Amino acid sequence: MAESALLHAYGYLIQPEVRFLDAAVERLIPTDDLGPGGRDAGVTCYIDRHLCSAWGTHGRNYRSGPWLEGVPEQGFQSRLTPQEIYRIGIQEINAFCRARYEQFFENLPAPRQDEVLKALEQDKVELPSLSSKLFFDLLWRNTEEGYFADPMYGGNRGKVGWKLLGFPGVASGAYNAHLDNPAPYRAEPVSILDIQLKQAQVDAQGFAKHIMLKQDGGK
Amino acid sequence: MTTTKLKPVDAVVVGSGVVGSIMSMELANAGLKVLCLERGRMIDPQTDFVMPYVNDELKYDRHSDIFQNLSRETITFRNNARQTALPMRELGSFKPGEMVGGTAAHWGGNARRFLPHDFEIRSKVTERYGKNFFPEDCTAQDWGVTYEEFEPYYDQFEHIYGVSGKAGNLNGEIQSGGNPHEGPRSREFPNPPTRPTPQGQLFAKAATELGYTPFQGPAAAMTQDYNNLYKVMLLECQHGGFCSSHVCSQGAKANPLTAVLPALYKKDNFELRPLCNVIKVNTDSTGKQATGVTYIDARGREVEQPAGIVVLATYCFNNTRLLLLSGIGKPYDPQTGRGVVGRNYSYQVGGRVHVFFDDREFNPFIGGGQVNTSIDELNGDVIDRAQLGFVGGAYINCPSAGASPIKSKPVPHGTPRWGAEWKKAVAHNYRRTLGVHIHGSCMSYRQHYLDLDPTYRDANGLPLLRMTFDWHKNEQKMLAWMYERCVEIAKAMKPAKYHAHAIPLKYSIIPYQSTHNIGGAVMGTDPSTSVVNRYLQSWDVPNLFVVGGSAFPQNPAQGPTGTIGMLACWAADGIKEIYIPKPGPMV
Repeated sequence: MAESALLHAYGYLIQPEVRFLDAAVERLIPTDDLGPGGRDAGVTCYIDRHLCSAWGTHGRNYRSGPWLEGVPEQGFQSRLTPQEIYRIGIQEINAFCRARYEQFFENLPAPRQDEVLKALEQDKVELPSLSSKLFFDLLWRNTEEGYFADPMYGGNRGKVGWKLLGFPGVASGAYNAHLDNPAPYRAEPVSILDIQLKQAQVDAQGFAKHIMLKQDGGK
Repeated sequence: MTTTKLKPVDAVVVGSGVVGSIMSMELANAGLKVLCLERGRMIDPQTDFVMPYVNDELKYDRHSDIFQNLSRETITFRNNARQTALPMRELGSFKPGEMVGGTAAHWGGNARRFLPHDFEIRSKVTERYGKNFFPEDCTAQDWGVTYEEFEPYYDQFEHIYGVSGKAGNLNGEIQSGGNPHEGPRSREFPNPPTRPTPQGQLFAKAATELGYTPFQGPAAAMTQDYNNLYKVMLLECQHGGFCSSHVCSQGAKANPLTAVLPALYKKDNFELRPLCNVIKVNTDSTGKQATGVTYIDARGREVEQPAGIVVLATYCFNNTRLLLLSGIGKPYDPQTGRGVVGRNYSYQVGGRVHVFFDDREFNPFIGGGQVNTSIDELNGDVIDRAQLGFVGGAYINCPSAGASPIKSKPVPHGTPRWGAEWKKAVAHNYRRTLGVHIHGSCMSYRQHYLDLDPTYRDANGLPLLRMTFDWHKNEQKMLAWMYERCVEIAKAMKPAKYHAHAIPLKYSIIPYQSTHNIGGAVMGTDPSTSVVNRYLQSWDVPNLFVVGGSAFPQNPAQGPTGTIGMLACWAADGIKEIYIPKPGPMV
């Protein structure tokens, strides 16, 4: 189906980056008995689409110099855009992995990948061009977004992030009556994408018509 | 650059947010020809913000184009004057708006009044505890107007914004079900209070056991269909979440777009001109009379708009910056303590205790930005601070704001930040957690101020505003004490786990805290410590009014919007009743 082919169309990322990110997001949110992980949720696809947006070049950020490092409380001060952080960061992390372990990141065993990710998070990997923590923090922020944002942005495929939480997605017009009701409200999540694809119904105000789940989580 | 000069209007209002819309309405009602200039784009809430598309956390909370576009204009920030201020390159700590409707278009709807004590904090605290009770560097001051004088204007604002609640004090008589510590109200709220959620009920039970009097926080999302003071219909809130940071698709959250502008658009003597970025208030050769404003339009043309009255009605930062760029009022100098423009910038203190249950489950996605159960015993003058050693207070609440999945899934302390254990923890806790939140006051201090940055400039080549601000030990001491009280409440709920956020040592521009920035053009009775008089009229230029959060001399604990809206009603009434009959200094 043409649609599933589009799920693997990358507008910014190049293939080594796709392989790196598929491996990394799967360690950040692993597949387990609770459900699919970051890779199968389409987080890499989400990151790619996101990098293609105005955000990928920090289109709404202040980007004039002088560029000074400042103190942490002064926030993001890198002259690199998210596109550049991913491109340069992945290349340099792979170079680090090859120098130390003779492998690209994606070919390392999972425990080793976790070790590398932790070292990046703690800013313990000396990359030539950027702080490894800067890279990690951006990757983790985007991974969380990709796993939990509406599936229309390419991630959260099958609404796996929302199913994990028990979040019903687009609100129902029935919520108002439930505001002070202690009974758990359990519904099959509805996304904006579902509504666009006419795979879910809405009421006259555009609120989702939820299909309620049984209390044990089954339909 | 050549400047186009337009025909004069009676009044030009800069900004179409909570202040600009109400000031425009009231001045147009008085028969003035009013022009409102807005830097942001035009909005049609009926078509631009509809279900299901507004239920999009990524688009509106993370990457919203209804927040200020920092590529054109931002602020610079440093903790203290020894540092070099650097630009706030991305949004974090606060989210000013940029569109018709301003920041209020995406507010949460907490519509509280300040306490009578808050308006006279310098004299009341001195009276009770002695003048040395304030920290030596504290510049907190009385507002110059009392709660009693402001009360009719709170009432007016609440009947424009359809605020819901239960009065706790009606003309001095304490009422059950409301906040017994609030100032006297002249009548009931226009709408009944929100219904407490199961989380709110749990908080209320624990708070009651500890001797507090819980109540439902005043809210500006409709608890029933409501026809407001301007004959605009607002619809009942459906509690679908996606509230704060979002524009409501139902027109249930009162804001300029839903509560005021629909009535204004019908007036022949009103014009709204979007995409006009005001860069200067113009004055005559004496510098004592405003002649209008200069703005840059969407095509980049510089335009001069003459006006009889100029009202600055923008966010606290831009009100202050426009005065500095226009050379009106003496800029504040922290070395000498002299000067007033930029003085007394302040913020608010926030804190959270996360509470986790194993045996309870909630529906955290049901709610709205304004739905909360609160207590007010730790605020204002209710607590005796003699032994506590801090000035100020906080209100504590348990909100049901609508927990969105990217940002609202706290996990117990000690959980790894990512990986399998984190995944298990979010799955277990998303529906089993609630928050006990601290909303604390923040005094003003000699070393915290706003001025023009010497280095960084905006897209028009004009200097950015520079913020110098840090947490003071007075507020840190208060927060530590508030956390002890909140932990007591959390424990009384018998949770499986709980943890309090750490007390920040330094103010950081990174994490979202609140869009409650205030000061810089404060009101008062003394021109050496205030920019505007009690009517929000410039001491230096009598046909210039500077209205908004910029006028707060320090920040009380409650959300500022209720008081900002009240100040708009108060200032408009002053112009109509005093200024127009007799133009000139009103004091």
